Amino acid sequence: MADPKIKVIIAKPGLDGHDRGAKVVARALVEAGMEVVYLGLRQTPEAIVHAAVEEDADVIGLSILSGAHMTHFRKVKELMDKEGLADRLLTGGGIIPTKDQAKLAEAGVGKLFGPGDDLQAIIDYIQDWHRSHPR
Amino acid sequence: MANTDPKKTWEAKFGRSELRDADFTSISGRPLHPLYASDDLSGLDGEAVLGFPGEYPYTRGVHPSMYRGKLWTMRQFSGMGTPEQTNSRYKFLLEKGQTGLSVAFDNPTLYGRDSDHALSVGEVGKTGVAVDTLADMERLFDGIPLGRVSTSMTINAPAAWIFAMFLANAEKQGVAFADLRGTLQNDILKEYIAQKEWIFPPLPHLRLITDLMAFCADHVPQWNTISISGYHIREAGSTAAQELAFTLADGFEYVERAVAAGMDVDDFAPRLSFFFNAHMDFFEEIAKMRAARRIWARRMKDKYKARNPRSWLCRFHVQTAGCSLTAQQPELNVVRTALEALSGVLGGCQSLHTNSMDEALALPSEKAVEIALRTQQIIAYESGVPCVIDPLGGSYYVEKLTSELEEEAERYFRKIDELGGVVPAIEQGFFQREITRAAYEYQMALSRKRKVIVGVNDFRNAEETLEIPILEIDESVERDQVRALREIKDRRDDGAVRRSLAALTKAAATPENLMPRLLDCARVYATLGETSDALTVAFGEYMEKPIF
Repeated sequence: MADPKIKVIIAKPGLDGHDRGAKVVARALVEAGMEVVYLGLRQTPEAIVHAAVEEDADVIGLSILSGAHMTHFRKVKELMDKEGLADRLLTGGGIIPTKDQAKLAEAGVGKLFGPGDDLQAIIDYIQDWHRSHPR
Repeated sequence: MANTDPKKTWEAKFGRSELRDADFTSISGRPLHPLYASDDLSGLDGEAVLGFPGEYPYTRGVHPSMYRGKLWTMRQFSGMGTPEQTNSRYKFLLEKGQTGLSVAFDNPTLYGRDSDHALSVGEVGKTGVAVDTLADMERLFDGIPLGRVSTSMTINAPAAWIFAMFLANAEKQGVAFADLRGTLQNDILKEYIAQKEWIFPPLPHLRLITDLMAFCADHVPQWNTISISGYHIREAGSTAAQELAFTLADGFEYVERAVAAGMDVDDFAPRLSFFFNAHMDFFEEIAKMRAARRIWARRMKDKYKARNPRSWLCRFHVQTAGCSLTAQQPELNVVRTALEALSGVLGGCQSLHTNSMDEALALPSEKAVEIALRTQQIIAYESGVPCVIDPLGGSYYVEKLTSELEEEAERYFRKIDELGGVVPAIEQGFFQREITRAAYEYQMALSRKRKVIVGVNDFRNAEETLEIPILEIDESVERDQVRALREIKDRRDDGAVRRSLAALTKAAATPENLMPRLLDCARVYATLGETSDALTVAFGEYMEKPIF
C-alpha cells in the first residue's frame, strides 16, 4: 500500500530573501507525492508553528541562509513542543556549519541539508522518517 | 569524387565519430554545436555589430584602451559584525592592495529595520554589517578618507536613507559631495524579481530612486546612482539569457521612469551602471557581457535618444557566482572562482569581486579573502590576458553566442512588453516563475547527473572532513549593537528627530524630492527603522504571493 500523503510546511523565517532552495525543494517534494504548503518569506516562528497546527502537518522544513539558524530552529522547536507537535519532524537547510547542526540535533532538530545535497536525499529522509514515526 | 567543401568533409567525419555520453549544452541548457566556423559569422557586419573598443555599439569594450589604460577595480564585497569589525576588515583589504570598498549590510539593515526590531533577532551583523544611525556610518568609515576611496554600497530598499547617512558622514569628514565617488546598488526591481528585500510597493520605491537620481545629478555628480543587477537574478537560478534580459529590462524601466519624472536622459544615464554574475559556463558568460554592452548602447541611442555617448555605455561590475561554490571539498572553489573571474575579465568588466572558497560554509575568513583577491592579481599581472583588448573578439563561437544571447534577450523584451511592462510582469509573477522553473530544471539535471559538479554529484570524497577555518560571528555582536543604538537614542535631540520624521512623512505625500528631507533625518540621528516607518505611513507595505 502506498504511504499516506506526507504533509510538509516549508517556510523562510526571519529576514532572508534567498528562496531558491526552498522553492526547488518544495517542488521536488510535491513531485515525490507529498503535500506541500509553502508559506513564503519573512515568517515568524509563531506563524510557522501556527500554520503547522492548522494544517496538521507531519513535517516543518525551514530554509535559512542568513546565519540566524540557531535562533530560528530553536524557537520553532520550542513552540512545536509547546503546541503539541513534539512528534513531528523539524528539518531544513541552508548555510549551516556542521558544528551548529550537531548542536541543533541535540535540541531535537532533524537532519539539516546544505548546498550540493541531492534532492533525492531530502525526499528519502522525509519518507524514511515518516515510515518510522507512525501516528 | 572528393568533397570540395572542407566543412562538409569535417561534418561527415564528425558524424562517424564515437561521442562521449554527455549533454553538450551550456549550464543554461543551451544546445551547443560541436564546432563554430566562418559561416556562423554570416550577416555579422563587423563595423556595425562589433565596432572598436570605446566605439558604438561597444561590443568590444567601453574604453578605447581597456585594461592597457586601467585595470579593473578589484573590489571585494565585505561586511560583518559591528561597524568597528568591518572597518578593520576594510583597512586590511586596502593594505593588501584593494582599490575600492564595497559594503555588505546585514539583513535587518537591508530591510530597513533597526537592530532591536523583533524580526532582527539572530540576524544582527550576521551576513553583513549593521547600520542603524549616522553614528554607525561614522564608525564604519573611521580613518578612511571618503574623498579618496570609491565606495560601493549594496543596499536597495532603504538605499536613499542609507545614502543620506553616508552623505551626512561625508559632511562631518569635511568632504564635499562633489568629490564623493562610489555606487549604490539601489536596484529595487530585481528585489521583487529575485532577492526579495523590499519595504514598499514598487511605485513608491521607484519614486525614491528617481528622487535620488535627480539629487545626485545636481549634487553628487560622480556617484553611480543605480547598479542594475543581474547577479541576484542568476543566483536565484535563472539562465544566462534571463539574467541578461531581465537586468536590461529593469535598466530600461529606470530610464523610462526618470524621463517620465522630467529628467533629460543624458543628465542621469551616464551614472547608471550594471552588475553581472560570472557563472561557470565560461564562453556563455563572456558572450552575455558582450551582448549586454551592445543591447544597451543600441536602445539608449535609438529608443531613448540619448546623445551623450557616455549614456550609451553599459559599464559593469562582475562577481563570481556564489551559487557555484560547494561546501564539499571547498578548496576546489578557488579554481572555480579563478575561471569565473577570467570570464569577467574577458567579458570586459570595470570592477570585479572574487568569492572566497569558504563561502558555501560561512562568511569568509581573512585567509580565504586574501586568496580570492590574489586570484584577481594573478589574472591581472601574471596571465597576460589584460595586454590585449577583447581577445576573443572574432571567435566564431563567442560572436555567434553573443548574437544568440542578444536575440534571446530581445524575445524576452517583447514578452515583457506584452505583459504591460516590468512592474505588471512582477505583479503577475512572470519573472519569478521563469526563474523558479530554470532553477528546478538545473537541479533536476544535477540529480540525474546530466550536469556534473565535481565533488558534489560526482568525484566525491567518501570521507571528507572539513579542514578550513570558519569565521564565526559572536552572539555578543547583536547585544553590543543594540546597546550602541540605545546610547545614541539617549544622547540625541528627540524633538529634532520627531520634527524631521514628521516632515518626511508629510513630504512623501507630495511630489517634492525626498533626498533633502532624508538628509535632515540622518543628520539628527534618526534611525534607519524610524525613517522606514515614517515613509511606510505614506507608502504602505508590500507582500508577495508565495509561489513555487
